Amino acid sequence: MGLSTSVLLTIALAPLLGSLVAGFVSPFLGRAGRAVAHTVTIACMIVSVALSFQVLYQLTLGGADNYNQNLYTWFQIGQVNASVGFMVDRLTAMMLVVVGFVSLVVHLYTIGYMRDDPGYTRFFSYISLFTFSMFMLVMSNNFMQLFFGWEAVGLVSYLLIGFWYKRPTAIFANLKAFLVNRVGDFGFLLGIAAVLTFLHTLDYAGAFSAAPALAGQTLQITANTQWDAATVICILLFVGAMGKSAQVPLHVWLPDSMEGPTPISALIHAATMVTAGIFMVARMSPLFEMSSTALSFVLVIGATTALFTGLIGIVQNDIKRVVAYSTLSQLGYMTVALGVSMYSGAVFHLMTHAFFKALLFLGAGSVIIAMHHEQDMRYMGGLRKYMPITWITMWIGSLALVAVPFTSGFYSKDAIIEAVGLSHRWGANYAYFCVMAGALVTGLYTFRQMYLTFHGKERFTVAASHGHGHDDHDHHEPGVLAHAPKESPWVVTVPLVLLAIPSLLIGYVTVAPMLFGNWFGSAIHVDEANNVLAELGQEFHGAAAMALHGFTQLPFLLVVVAFVICTYIYVFNPALAGRIKQALKPLWTVLDRKYWADEVEYALFASGGQKIGRLFWKFSDAGMIDGVAVNGSVRLVHRGAALMRRLQTGYLYHYAFAMIIGVIVLFGGYRLFGN
Amino acid sequence: MISLAHYIVLGAVLFCIAVAGLFINRKNVIVLLMSIELMLLAVNMNFVAFSRFLGDVSGQVFVFFILTVAAAEAAVGLAILVLLFRTRSTINIADIDSMKG
Repeated sequence: MGLSTSVLLTIALAPLLGSLVAGFVSPFLGRAGRAVAHTVTIACMIVSVALSFQVLYQLTLGGADNYNQNLYTWFQIGQVNASVGFMVDRLTAMMLVVVGFVSLVVHLYTIGYMRDDPGYTRFFSYISLFTFSMFMLVMSNNFMQLFFGWEAVGLVSYLLIGFWYKRPTAIFANLKAFLVNRVGDFGFLLGIAAVLTFLHTLDYAGAFSAAPALAGQTLQITANTQWDAATVICILLFVGAMGKSAQVPLHVWLPDSMEGPTPISALIHAATMVTAGIFMVARMSPLFEMSSTALSFVLVIGATTALFTGLIGIVQNDIKRVVAYSTLSQLGYMTVALGVSMYSGAVFHLMTHAFFKALLFLGAGSVIIAMHHEQDMRYMGGLRKYMPITWITMWIGSLALVAVPFTSGFYSKDAIIEAVGLSHRWGANYAYFCVMAGALVTGLYTFRQMYLTFHGKERFTVAASHGHGHDDHDHHEPGVLAHAPKESPWVVTVPLVLLAIPSLLIGYVTVAPMLFGNWFGSAIHVDEANNVLAELGQEFHGAAAMALHGFTQLPFLLVVVAFVICTYIYVFNPALAGRIKQALKPLWTVLDRKYWADEVEYALFASGGQKIGRLFWKFSDAGMIDGVAVNGSVRLVHRGAALMRRLQTGYLYHYAFAMIIGVIVLFGGYRLFGN
Repeated sequence: MISLAHYIVLGAVLFCIAVAGLFINRKNVIVLLMSIELMLLAVNMNFVAFSRFLGDVSGQVFVFFILTVAAAEAAVGLAILVLLFRTRSTINIADIDSMKG
């Protein structure tokens, strides 16, 4: 039994339909347009998600075969054939369900979060368009369509980061995200070109079956150096993943992307789009297995990201930025897993992370609503009394994030840490240190965030009587609220609860098949020699046993240490935090300035680009086009006219004289030259 | 005996006087109109002289046409002149330079 083409098409196209309706029809419907926008998009998403679950069911329990078919020829140039087609196996189906589910939840949440925003219908249009793009990306069966989806999600991300386009910071952030992603996409495009050069096809199935032929092939990039073709292809493709999944040094755009509304931080910049790079590498596992050099590169980059971006999270004060740096760190963990050939572990962590990180972001959004769009944790505290549902669900998400045994995060993260410990790949020791230290760091920033937000004493005051003037969210004193914070409406809390359930349970349920049961089948290819997961699987005796064992392991002990430290600092001795900051001033400065990554990249790349831009602006645009072509011709006409005008004296006898001169010249000329 | 040349010279002289009147006169629009009339008369003189010399009456018919047109033109010109004087209170040519660019 196979999957039906029409079902797959519906999954992909329903969000596009919703997006078009919300984008092009709703604006003409006046006030009713808002209701139309959210009803239609959510209905389309429900259809998509339901069918996704059905596809997952068919592939897992229904015994359906993998689907791989071209549906439409996009373009054909010579021997290069780019089609639109779907490749749906268990990896794809899992991604569909995760993306669809999180997206649906975010659609619901948006009703509450964006209620007062003038861009309400536009927002729904964008997030549905994003879902369509992401579906096209994960369902693709060839590199061109993958690239289409890749760029489309980048575009929507750009649109959504700059959603509040009147804020200069938002415009700066979306431009930055776009430009940094261009760097990654350039590598990705080169990687696709290299695949085409060496494997002569853009089709996944064809490319993967031809992959063994890469062995021994070399490519001369610089004079007298031969590069292994597989290494070049994989590193180039991974550069694309570095941009999209925000790995060091292309991570700088992700924290800034928090300028966008919170629902898209949850959907795009935590749960789905940023994991596209991880998904892509997992999908390309037959290629990456050809080059252990490239995998070492992946491993080191991932490990660096996992530890060092997490450290920045400890010193952030903006509630969303803490979660953003946490996302970077967790993406680093996934990349580390890819680096040790543990693709299914990476995808497994991708899935669990999608749930608990979306939960944390939406929880942070709920706090932000309650605080009237104040995001600074220094003005929060003691919120647990006011918003119990947000408080409890965010604790669930936090426990999953720090990998407390039995939560979903534990199964994925602990497996990654252990697998790195078992790996013999070059760089694995460094990576092991990073992910282990990362566990402590994760605990520190997570507990700090929870304590600062929900516990301790209230650091905000409620203004006595403010009338109805609180609509203007952007201009108020920090820490002064118009009225007391209260629990968010049900459209906000229901998504939190919906996400809290898988955050707790999905790991326990799925760890056995997904990590150790070869659940992905042919979708992921690992060489026997690299298969650390199989080695790990020999010690696996069920999910419960793994969790109990986890209580005695070093990562959990580090989390406990982090918990004790944070509890002591933020509950018993609040003054200590300031003193630690003073004592470690140089370190604090390094972290607060984010290792000067922004400044360095600005100095190295952006400033040069700006100079070239200024040159073109001053010389070409202002100088040549405006100065010579446009204003120059105007000036020429003006000068000529000024000269000609002097002939027009207005005296009749001058005109008469001109006429007579003319007559004389005419007759004289006729006499002299005419016959 | 008065030959053709005499008539043509007379016409040329009349024409030159008219042109000189156009240039030298900078005060009065009426003199200007008179100069134009004089030019037309110079042309008429040529027409009549050649008509006689060639024995073709159509030249003299043309003269009648020109006289008619000149009369009409004088009427229109004087009317304009009256209007001009009413609006600008002057017929001094040096002051009438609103065509100046």
